[in-house]
Amino acid sequence: MTTDVIEQDSHDEHHGDHKLKGIKRWLYTTNHKDIGTLYLWFAFIMLLIGGALAMVIRAELFQPGLQIVDPDFFNQLTTVHGLIMVFGAIMPAFTGFANWMIPMMVGAPDMALPRMNNWSFWILPFAFAILLSTFFMESGAPNFGWTFYAPLSTTYSNGSTAFFVFAVHIMGISSIMGAINIVVTIMNMRAPGMTYMKMPLFVWTFFITAYLLIAVMPILAGVVTMLLTDTYFGTSFFDAAGGGDPVLFQHIFWFFGHPEVYIMILPAFGIVSTIIPAFARKQLFGYSSMVYATASIAILSFIVWAHHMFTTGMPLFGELFFMYCTMLIAVPTGVKVFNWVATMWRGSMSFETPMLFSIAFVILFTIGGFSGLMLALTPVDFQYHDTYFVVAHFHYVLVTGSLFSIYAGAYFWLPKWTGHMYNETLAKWHFWCSLISVNLLFFPMHFLGLAGMPRRIPDYALQFADFNKWVSIGGFAFGLTQLIFLAVVIKCIRGGEKAPAKPWDGAEGLEWTVPSPAPYHTFSTPPKIED
Amino acid sequence: MNKGDELQNSTNTDSAKAKAKQNSKVVKKLMLIVFGMFGFGFALVPLYDVFCDITGLNGKTSTNAAVYNVEQIDTKRIVTVQFISRTAQGIPWTFEPMVREIKVHPGEMKLVKFYAKNESTRDIIGQAVPSVSPGLAAAYFQKIECFCFTQQPLKANEEVEMALQFYVDPELPENISTLTLSYTLYDVTGKVKS
Repeated sequence: MTTDVIEQDSHDEHHGDHKLKGIKRWLYTTNHKDIGTLYLWFAFIMLLIGGALAMVIRAELFQPGLQIVDPDFFNQLTTVHGLIMVFGAIMPAFTGFANWMIPMMVGAPDMALPRMNNWSFWILPFAFAILLSTFFMESGAPNFGWTFYAPLSTTYSNGSTAFFVFAVHIMGISSIMGAINIVVTIMNMRAPGMTYMKMPLFVWTFFITAYLLIAVMPILAGVVTMLLTDTYFGTSFFDAAGGGDPVLFQHIFWFFGHPEVYIMILPAFGIVSTIIPAFARKQLFGYSSMVYATASIAILSFIVWAHHMFTTGMPLFGELFFMYCTMLIAVPTGVKVFNWVATMWRGSMSFETPMLFSIAFVILFTIGGFSGLMLALTPVDFQYHDTYFVVAHFHYVLVTGSLFSIYAGAYFWLPKWTGHMYNETLAKWHFWCSLISVNLLFFPMHFLGLAGMPRRIPDYALQFADFNKWVSIGGFAFGLTQLIFLAVVIKCIRGGEKAPAKPWDGAEGLEWTVPSPAPYHTFSTPPKIED
Repeated sequence: MNKGDELQNSTNTDSAKAKAKQNSKVVKKLMLIVFGMFGFGFALVPLYDVFCDITGLNGKTSTNAAVYNVEQIDTKRIVTVQFISRTAQGIPWTFEPMVREIKVHPGEMKLVKFYAKNESTRDIIGQAVPSVSPGLAAAYFQKIECFCFTQQPLKANEEVEMALQFYVDPELPENISTLTLSYTLYDVTGKVKS
C-alpha cells in the first residue's frame, strides 16, 4: 500500500491553505483535520470537567459519613459525571479520530459531507452548555443517574428533565450526523483499488460503529422523547397509573444502551489493532477474523440488553437466554485478544508510549471483560447488581479500555498532527502514573462490590472505609496525572523534534505517506493502492 | 488557487457531481434507517404490551371484564388468593383489602371488598392498578367486576367499599397453589382534569 503522492501534496503547504484567520477559521471550517482537532479538544475539556466531578465524588467517599456534599447533590454529580464521560468525552474523542484519520487512511481529500461535519461538531458545545447550566439552576442538575430510569426521571424528577432531554437530543443528532458522514466517506471515498477487505482495521471498526450509532441513537432520541411527554404532557408510557410500565423504560433504554457500550469500545479495538502491529513490527495477526469478530460483536449487542435487568423479575427462560447470549460475546472478544497477543508474539517489539498504552489496554480491558463475564452469570448477578463491582467493571472497560486506547492513538498520531515528536520522557511519566493510579482507583472497587457496597450512595458502612480511602487516593492521583498529558500535548504543538513523514518504522498505512504535519489538504488526487 | 485545487476543479465538474449524487443516495438510505429506528423505538411500546399479553410475563391482568362461563368447578384443588394493597406516593387515602386471604376452588366465583377512605380535605380521583404474582398466573385470574376498571372519585373524608368479583381459571397450571393480587392506588386527579 505505498504511493507516490507525497510530492504533489507537499505543494499545498507552500501555496497557502487559504484558511480564515482567528476564530472564524474554526467556526466556518469544513476541513476534516480542523474538525477532528475541535472534536479532540472538546473531548479533552469534557474529560477534565467530568473528571472534576468525579474528584468531588471521591472526596465525599474518602471517609464514611457525609462531609462535603449533600446526598441530592451527590446524585447530581454521579449523573452528570456519567453523561459527560459517555457522551462528552469518549464518543467525541472517537469521532475526532475518525475525522482526522479516516480520510487519510482511505486516501480521500476530506469527509464526504464536510458542511454537515461542521454542523455536527458545533451543536455539541450547546448540548453540554445546556446540560452543565442546570448546575446553576434552582432545581439543580439531573440527579436520576446517567441511565435516567423512569419514574426517577419523570414523577420524581427535580425539574431538570427538560434540559436533560434537549441536551441528549442535540448530542444524538450530532452523533447521527457524524456517523452518517463516516459511513458515506468509507463507502464512497475510498481510493481506487482499496477494497473493503484492504481497509485498515481502524477504518473497519469505525465503519461498524457508525452503523451501530445510526441504528440506536434514534432509539435514545425516542426514549427521551417519551420521558419528556410523560413528565410534561401527561402521557403514560412509563407511568403505571395511566396503564404504562416502568420496566418498559428499562427495556427501551438498554436496547439503546447495550449497543452504546460497544460504540464506545469498538473504535478502541481499531486503534489498538493499528498500534500493536506498528511496534511489534509484524502484520496484524488474523485481519479478516478481526473484521468478522467486530461485526459479530456488533450484531450480538442487539440481543443481550436485558442482562442489565436480571433483577427486574424476568422469567427464567429470559434470564437464561440473555445470560447465554451475553457469554457468547466473549467468543469474538477472545478472538480479538488472542490476535493482539499473537501479533506481539515473536515480534521485535519496542515500547514507546503508544505501545505501552496499547499493551496496558489489552491486559486491563481483558480484566474488565472477565468481570463482565462474571456479571453475565444470572445467579451471581443478583449479588453484584448495583454494587461497586459493576462500577469497577465498566470503569475497567471504559477508562483502561476506551480512554487508554484514546491516549495510545493520540501519542501515535501526535507527530502526524503537529509535525513534532512529543516528549517521550514526559509521556512515559504520564503512562506509568496513569497505570499505577488507575489500578489503585478501580481495582479495590471489585472487593468493595463483592462485599456489598452499593453504588450511587454518598455514605457507606464502616467496614468499607479502608478500601475507599485507597480508591480516593488513586482517584486524585489519576486525575492529576491527566494534566501531564495536557502538558505533553501543548509542548508538542509548540515545538519539539521535527517529525519525519513516518516516525514509527513499523507503521503502515496511507497516513504515513504524507508529510508531518499533515498538510491542510491531503490526497486531492487519490493515491493508487497496489496489491 | 493552488495546484491541488486546480487539479480538483478540473475533475470537479462531472465526476464530483456524480460523487455528490452517489453520496446523497447513501445519505438518503441511512436517513431511512434513522427514521425507521426512531419509529421502532415507539413501536416497542405496543410490541411490549402484546408480548406481555401473549406470554403473561409482567403480571398484568386484563383491563376488561371477564365473562363467567366455567362449566366445571374443580373441587379437588384449593388455591390460596392473597390480597395486598399499597398507595403510591402523594395520595392521602387509606386503602386496604377487607379480606387478606381467601381459599377458592378453581372455577368458583368469589366476591371480596376493598376499603378506601380519602383522609384529606380535598376531592381526589384514585385509580387502582392490579398486578398478579407469579406473573404467569395473571392470565388465569379472571375479574368479572373490579373497581380497577374505572376511576374512583372520593370527596374529602368520604369512604367507600369497593367490590372485586373474580374466579380462578381451572386451566391454572398445577404447580401454582398461591396467587398474590397486588393493587397500587394512584392519584390521577391532575390527569383527569387536564
